[in-house]
Amino acid sequence: MARAAQLGRTRGADPRLARVLVTPEGVALDIAVAPASARIGALFIDLTALFGLFLGFMIVLGLVAWLYTSSGLPEVSEGLLGFLMIVFIIGVFLARNAYFLIFELGQRAATWGKRSVGIRVAARDGGRLTAEAIIARNLLRDIEMFLPLMFMTSGGIQGTLSSFAAWSGVAWVGIFLLFPLLNKDRLRCGDLIAGTWVVEAPRSALGGVVASGVSSGSADRDASALPDDRYWFSDAELSVYGEYELQMLEQVLRKGSTEPMAMVAATICAKIGWSAPSGDEQAFLEAYYTQLRARLERGMRFGKRRADKNS
Amino acid sequence: MSSVAAVASGEQAVAAAVLRSDRFRLEREGDWVRLDAIITVMEKGRTRRLADDDVMALPVLYRNLLSSLSIARESSLDAGLIAYLESLTLRAYFIVYGTRTTFGGWARSFFGGGLSRAVRTISFDILVALAFMIIGCLAGFYLVEADQQWFYRLVPAQFSDVRVPGASREALMGTLFGQQDGEGLAVFAAYLFSNNAQVAILAFALGFAFGVPTVMLLIYNTASLGAMLWVFASRGLTVEFVGWLSIHGTTELLAILLAGAAGLHIGRALGFPGARSHLAALSGAGRTAAQVMTGVVVMLICAGLLEGFARQLIQSTELRYAIGYGVLAVWLLYFFALRPRRT
Repeated sequence: MARAAQLGRTRGADPRLARVLVTPEGVALDIAVAPASARIGALFIDLTALFGLFLGFMIVLGLVAWLYTSSGLPEVSEGLLGFLMIVFIIGVFLARNAYFLIFELGQRAATWGKRSVGIRVAARDGGRLTAEAIIARNLLRDIEMFLPLMFMTSGGIQGTLSSFAAWSGVAWVGIFLLFPLLNKDRLRCGDLIAGTWVVEAPRSALGGVVASGVSSGSADRDASALPDDRYWFSDAELSVYGEYELQMLEQVLRKGSTEPMAMVAATICAKIGWSAPSGDEQAFLEAYYTQLRARLERGMRFGKRRADKNS
Repeated sequence: MSSVAAVASGEQAVAAAVLRSDRFRLEREGDWVRLDAIITVMEKGRTRRLADDDVMALPVLYRNLLSSLSIARESSLDAGLIAYLESLTLRAYFIVYGTRTTFGGWARSFFGGGLSRAVRTISFDILVALAFMIIGCLAGFYLVEADQQWFYRLVPAQFSDVRVPGASREALMGTLFGQQDGEGLAVFAAYLFSNNAQVAILAFALGFAFGVPTVMLLIYNTASLGAMLWVFASRGLTVEFVGWLSIHGTTELLAILLAGAAGLHIGRALGFPGARSHLAALSGAGRTAAQVMTGVVVMLICAGLLEGFARQLIQSTELRYAIGYGVLAVWLLYFFALRPRRT
């Protein structure tokens, strides 16, 4: 019966990453900490997006410069060019930080990369996600990754990078990149400082009612009005399965492909000693599903739950 | 007409549903779908496009959804339905208890008081960091006075071109009042901006290690300043050197001081969390420190601009003092004197 409490709580493939968040209303919500693979994926998408934006901006700048020179306007003075250079360097620095800030301050609290892998930032204590927290976690990102990388590339270009500096830079980035793997909540140093974590933000659509059972003129409702009178199972035939099998059956019915349905129908028939309903598997399975669910839900209302066929 | 028909067909579906839990679902489905639509619009940041009715209905729909989820968990075995309700509840929860600020709104409140409040919160750490900076400066000065070889250990090679112990007064004057060409100037300023930003951000980040590396960084950087000061002082150029330094240095040193103090604040929270857990203390200190660091970045940008343009363009020592300490007074007034009421 231990598993019965877990039923209806289907989220989270990895039980080590499952957490419970209690809303102020007192309802326990299941959330899952984003796995490291999703974090890395999001990071790569973000870096690609940033690089793409930077490249696009550079192309626009190049076009403007080309138009300017080819239109024959007077030369830009050295001083103005220098000023533009400063604005450019500072602007790139600010834009990089603004990308993360603006997206994570939005309602979805996720950058493009995080959105596309379905994760988001949240406050660890379940409270409001504040702007300060977002800033803290993103400032640390600069230290963890961008600064040593920029340091190394600029050193490498100027040729002043010693191998010791290069290796310590690699070690620095490596330690910070691996840091999330070393704690159970997958916290980056920035998350640690800011009091945030990154959780999965699943979006599931509302599927239709499985085996809606539109029957003609059913007056009596619960379990007696069947989708079709052809299949009618006795209590003994229904008692071979529990909630786990019911939900597997639900998945098969929601997918609705023929082959698995035939297989499942054959399995059920073998179990309860029926002959397989060839050609009419869907109606058979829907009938079995509806009656099994009615039986299990009736038990549930009286506080009796059955996790699976073995319990 | 069509809505009437839809209601009628909905009622038919409810009546036709076999299972009690399916009837429960069909009766409430409309509310869930409506909430889903509202949340989807809000997640896209288009809250203004919502009708007033929808905005008013949001809290009610959210509470109903919570109760639906609780009932469904206890009475329905439809795993797809429960997964949907769970994800919708989580999304609604993040909307209802989510961030309330936009980037612009945050920027307004930050520069209109949030920053100076954060700076005042860490004033104890600022005093400690200031003490270490003064100690470092004095140490650099007296070490070089005792043995000039110390100079070469304290000052990075790239800055000690002519500015070395034993340089003539004229050569030193040249570095203070020399005219560099415009382009080199600008790139130099941008380089210094990123260099100083690195020092400041490092001083903040290394607060992780209980603030010890932060203190070392502060002492080392001010020691080289003290060593340089000795070189100019030995040729009687103290006033000119301080003027040359002040024009941007007041902003820059204040920024490094604040960054170091932010690092110490984090280190102190880690070492002495008090009654809170280490993680709670760390995240509390981290949020304050992050606000200070945002201010530090702004100050470093100002310092870079002052350094690049004002320092080499303004050649009079009096004017350099006036600008440097005028800017310092503005910063101090902004951080400590102006206290707008909390809104």
